[in-house]
Amino acid sequence: MNRLAYIGFSIAALFIVAAIIAPVIVGHDPIAQDLSRRYLMPTAEHWFGTDALGRDVFARVVYGARISLEVGISVVVISGIIGTAIGAVAGFYGGWVDKFLSGYLFNVFLAFPGLLLAIALVAFLGAGLGKMILALCIIGWVGYARVMRGQVLKVREYDFVQAARALGASNLRILVTHILPNSIQPLIVQASLGMAGAVLSEASLSFLGLGVPPPAPSWGTMIEESRGFDILTSAPHVMFFPSLAIALTVLAFNFIGDGLREYLDPKQRAR
Amino acid sequence: MKHKVLSFVRQFALMLLVIWTVVSLVTLLIEIVPGDPATVILGETATYEQIENFNKKHGLDRPAFFFSYNSTDGFKWNGGDNRYLDYWKGLLTGDLGKSFRTDRPVLGMIIERYPLTIQLALASMLIAIGIALPLGVLAGSRKNSLIDNASSFVALLGISLPTFVIGPFLVYIFAVKLRIFSATGSMYIEDIILPAFTLGAALSAILTRMIRSSVIEELGEDYVRTARAKGLSERVVLLKHVLKNGLIPVVTILGLQLGVLLAGSIITEKIFNWQGLGLLLLDDGIGKRDYRLVQGCVLVISVTFIIANSLTDFVYRKLDPRIRLS
Repeated sequence: MNRLAYIGFSIAALFIVAAIIAPVIVGHDPIAQDLSRRYLMPTAEHWFGTDALGRDVFARVVYGARISLEVGISVVVISGIIGTAIGAVAGFYGGWVDKFLSGYLFNVFLAFPGLLLAIALVAFLGAGLGKMILALCIIGWVGYARVMRGQVLKVREYDFVQAARALGASNLRILVTHILPNSIQPLIVQASLGMAGAVLSEASLSFLGLGVPPPAPSWGTMIEESRGFDILTSAPHVMFFPSLAIALTVLAFNFIGDGLREYLDPKQRAR
Repeated sequence: MKHKVLSFVRQFALMLLVIWTVVSLVTLLIEIVPGDPATVILGETATYEQIENFNKKHGLDRPAFFFSYNSTDGFKWNGGDNRYLDYWKGLLTGDLGKSFRTDRPVLGMIIERYPLTIQLALASMLIAIGIALPLGVLAGSRKNSLIDNASSFVALLGISLPTFVIGPFLVYIFAVKLRIFSATGSMYIEDIILPAFTLGAALSAILTRMIRSSVIEELGEDYVRTARAKGLSERVVLLKHVLKNGLIPVVTILGLQLGVLLAGSIITEKIFNWQGLGLLLLDDGIGKRDYRLVQGCVLVISVTFIIANSLTDFVYRKLDPRIRLS
């Protein structure tokens, strides 16, 4: 595997571990306000300083990783399962089923600008963690469906599938025990790119005030709260750390996705 | 020839089908609003009469769709007298309904603000080309050099940094520290520079990568060897021969990206308080729960996006003979 993928794995692991053991490494409550300690510069006590309400920025960034990963993992798992199932059906059954699914349904969801659809859904449904995950799944499944459909079309022509069929295996059995394991690699690549996309979308929606409602420490919300001209002038660090966290996380999962793709594709590896 | 016409008709039909679906979705989305729009707009203290009047004015007293279902009456057929058809009828005559808040026609509000969004999208496209063209050509013609690695790194940053990180950083550097530009607004001509940079950053990164690989690929072609053998300078080879061929895929990507920019400008508009369509959607639409306005904005943005994509796809097929044949 290439170097970038290792870097990606390391950064992602760091964030995941930090999110899990957040209460152990953070000495402050991420939503506890202390108006006498507003906009403090980074010190030994407040590693990343404090924000407009005197909240510890380090605590908020670490707990923000929890929200990001929670949304990211939920979206990847749910939309991955739904997309894989739909893609498998489209590729396996072909004919009118495939024409409807890949010719029409996929195109509708690909034609809609993703973030706009999420914004529209949240606008009508109302903001909240669950609703945001729902909206991101609705825009996210189609990527997996396309990958899975392509894989199924390829794998179902292989000899071992014909052999299984000759032995009398049912469609479901062929799909689950033969085609799925042979399609898993590109799905994993899609999942890590999808993870980057979901983390980014969560931050974007929260930035627009359509994600997790405050005072929950979402990175997007933190940037939105600290980007005013006066704050940028007097305490730019409040915006710097959540920005860095988003950039690193997105970069990490993109690295993993690109690195895995290269690793799993022998044609690219040979170069 | 017959094949060509058929594939065009098919593509066009698919585009119409997708637009129909998107419009239907947007039309029906208003039904999933928790509670009832009239109460949301008029407040809890509104009298029964006020709500009645509001619903009548905006056609909300009529059934939502061809059929309805509720637990007491079961399935009920409403016929053609429904809001879904109303919206379509209005749409085909250029009427997107009236704003729930201001009673102004939604289409008028959108037309007022759309030019600013288009301006921003075009400006960011210009900036992206201005950055990507020299950087991509330099990187491609000096593969694995310092400048190549540096531009790859910058491109990577441009792709992975979201606009709401780039935007405030640009504000910090150019408005807070250097005091060259103002942080927000769309009053003066130079106000467009920071938002356009922010919106165009991702595009310039994508373009730099594309131009780089395009140049590398073209440099390996036979015609380049011929041109060099003729004794042409490297500069002429690069600018006159390589660039001409290498830019075909780039041009078509630009079309695709115009749609992305128009749809993606929502966040940039919010950062810089740029009074375009995105801000209309966010502040006046979602912020004030003016659902009719939200419908109109989402509709206009997504239909523009779909048409831009379809056109690009079409042009791309025409330009690249390999795709045309297959």
